[in-house]
Amino acid sequence: MSPESHDRPAIVPSTRWYDLFSRGARDWLRHNEKVRDSVKKTLPELISGPDVLTQPENRTVRVPVKFLEHYRFRLSDSDTQTGVGQGQGAKPGDVLRPADAGGEGDGGAGTGEGGVQFVLEFKVDDILDWLWEELELPNLEPKSTRSLENSEYVREGIDRRGPRARLDRRRTVKEAVKRRAIQANPIPFTDDDLRFRQLSRRPQPMTQAAIIFIIDVSSSMDDASRQLAKSFFFWALQGIRRQHTRIDTAFIGHTVTAWEFSEEEFFAVRGSGGTEASCAFALSLDVIRDRFDPSQYNVYVFYASDGDNYSADRDASRDGLKDLAEISSFMGYVETVGRSSAGLNTEMGRLFKDLAEGDTAADSYALSGNEDVWEAIRRFFTQQAKQED
Amino acid sequence: MAGDSRFYRIEIEELARSFGLDFYPVDFEVVPPSFMTEVAVYGLPVRMPHWSFGVRYIHQLVQHKMGHSRIFEVVYPGDPGVAFLANNNSDMDNTLVCAHVLGHADFSKNNELFRRVHKQVGTRIVDMAANHARRIEQAIERHGQEHVEFVLDAALSLEQHIDVNQSLSRARYSDTEEEDEESLLSTFVRRFVALAGEKLGKDSGEEEHAGIPIPPHPEQDLLWFIAQYAPEMEDWERDIFLAVREESFYFYPVFACQIMNEGWASYWHARLLREASFLPQDLYVDAMKTHSDVVRPTAGDNQVALRINPYHLGFSIWDRIIEAEGVEHARAIMQSEDDFSFIRNHLKADLAEDLNIFVYDANKNGEIKVTDNDIHLLHEAILGPKFNFGAPRVRVTEMGVDGALELKHESDVDGRGLDTERAQKVIDYIHRVWRRPVTMCTLDANAKETTLETGKAAA
Repeated sequence: MSPESHDRPAIVPSTRWYDLFSRGARDWLRHNEKVRDSVKKTLPELISGPDVLTQPENRTVRVPVKFLEHYRFRLSDSDTQTGVGQGQGAKPGDVLRPADAGGEGDGGAGTGEGGVQFVLEFKVDDILDWLWEELELPNLEPKSTRSLENSEYVREGIDRRGPRARLDRRRTVKEAVKRRAIQANPIPFTDDDLRFRQLSRRPQPMTQAAIIFIIDVSSSMDDASRQLAKSFFFWALQGIRRQHTRIDTAFIGHTVTAWEFSEEEFFAVRGSGGTEASCAFALSLDVIRDRFDPSQYNVYVFYASDGDNYSADRDASRDGLKDLAEISSFMGYVETVGRSSAGLNTEMGRLFKDLAEGDTAADSYALSGNEDVWEAIRRFFTQQAKQED
Repeated sequence: MAGDSRFYRIEIEELARSFGLDFYPVDFEVVPPSFMTEVAVYGLPVRMPHWSFGVRYIHQLVQHKMGHSRIFEVVYPGDPGVAFLANNNSDMDNTLVCAHVLGHADFSKNNELFRRVHKQVGTRIVDMAANHARRIEQAIERHGQEHVEFVLDAALSLEQHIDVNQSLSRARYSDTEEEDEESLLSTFVRRFVALAGEKLGKDSGEEEHAGIPIPPHPEQDLLWFIAQYAPEMEDWERDIFLAVREESFYFYPVFACQIMNEGWASYWHARLLREASFLPQDLYVDAMKTHSDVVRPTAGDNQVALRINPYHLGFSIWDRIIEAEGVEHARAIMQSEDDFSFIRNHLKADLAEDLNIFVYDANKNGEIKVTDNDIHLLHEAILGPKFNFGAPRVRVTEMGVDGALELKHESDVDGRGLDTERAQKVIDYIHRVWRRPVTMCTLDANAKETTLETGKAAA
């Protein structure tokens, strides 16, 4: 036995460096950071993935992601993997586990860590930041239009004259103290001590916005179409939210008549029968006039439909749109189309096309699948950024 | 008297020496289970940071939480050896673990493969790894995390691709062909050539004399080759490759002697505790219970396991050897062999039958079928995953005049091709440090020859 091992205490109980941090946790966090980076690179899928959306009010989205794999050289999987086992009574020819009923199973040999999923939560704001980078958009200033100015009185400077209501007592006393300090027989206050706050009128840019979401809930709009419209609405709303300090929303659904809904009901509601969009446009006008005075609000109108509209309703719809366009900052039309149909060449598509050819800020987006949502969002934001200039 | 230790450390050490165990002193340190988890993930108490360890860490943590694994001890061979004991071990656990650790310490001081590697990497492996970690932290500060990370991505993915038969501080290929061939002539080759009618398979032609090709023969030590010959690698990047390689040299004997080493330690903890007259009876009984948990072959009674417990297999083989031929003979085997010879020489048919070991095939459709219990097939099935450090055989075959790197997978030896998707990712890693085109020759899923490439200019 080595002599020093007798002297050394057998166990050294102490708080050591390894209590202070966890290397495993550090490397795990780094892994997650890398996952976030790689998710960022798949932004189009991220923003249009059907799992992403819950309620438009949610400020985070949950995205299922895979563990990153650190790759190594590995032999290709063969049909059978040979292994060694141990146990009583296992004779050659014994089947320890029968083949899976469905044929292809997860197989005998494990596939390592590649397939494991976990869920990462992303802030909607982060995603929008990435979106902005990706689209190389300028940072949007809070939006204002010259016609939408709201003036406000702000304090600006001090004067010796002014109405009594704006007397600044503190400054007045200060002046008096200064004066008394240098005078032989000072009187408490003189008129020269008085100080008044001055106000001036200053125009305040309007940063309120109202968004009217209109959706066609007639029987021809199926779940997939609603999902597409919902994705687009969600991201358009988030983007507009960046430019305005206050956002108000209204949700309107229509068949041959129109109703206003709560946000939750809006995406769930299902109507039957035909489609007459003019009633929805009329209701929108009423809502705007009642609640969102166009001189106070930037108004955005988004309409989602499959494009069908009764031809008898054409003129009424055209007039309705025109009226709306006059008081709105932007009119957006989202057409959910089947893969085969030519987008936007529909009754409603043509109406919006006419609208955009005037000097209204309007645009139409044809969505036939999740990947189109990305394109539409890109176009919408790019156009919004252009309007800035 | 228990001495200053509640787990009879001094008594057990004395007893071990009386049985001929020969080991360097061991420092015991008690650490929290979280630390044991990290050691299991990193292999070393302090190791370079890399995100891939984070993934393994989470897996280990989940397994640990679900109670699948409990780690009693980790021991690092050296002079002195360092053993970490989990602080939730009972005194009885620690008595057993102490005896077990001495078995490992004896093994690593005397086994030829361990000795050879320790001569090269030194006997203070824990410090060496901590030193590497520190150098890499410095590199991160200087060159940024992303850059260091892609160097580590490449180096760590080639971790197993080393050549332990060459020296750790191996020099570059010599400049003249003659000298080079001289060094290749192992005693075997010389004797082989001396046999009547035999010639070296390769008849080196004249054109090879014109310029010595690099590498002069297929090179299996990829970490070394890249560190030495990468045309545009920075010195600190080469350093990282060599640091990873040094740690791989250290890990190799642990890997290549696992069955022997764990068996040896298990044999001695059982034997020493049995012979320890100073242990109270109840502690002995408890310790033996833990022992049988550690070396049991299957999860429950009468169950069939689809893997071999190396503790149990090694223990059983050593038990037979010592019973039949004595401790001295066993020590000679322990000193000179590794798992490959140990299994082939000493796992005999009668023992395999007693242990109920069998070979099975797991089919893709989920069927698992016992195929055989022939002893030779058993040997190869046990050793199969251990060849070439457990990795496919990949060699550097050529470095072009333009610096292009050509890799070849020896699919004829491995029996099938590489998983080409992953292989492509790995050569992408390599390309980022090699910085010239990299190609890789292997077989695809249809057993057709295929060449993966990266970094070639678009046509």
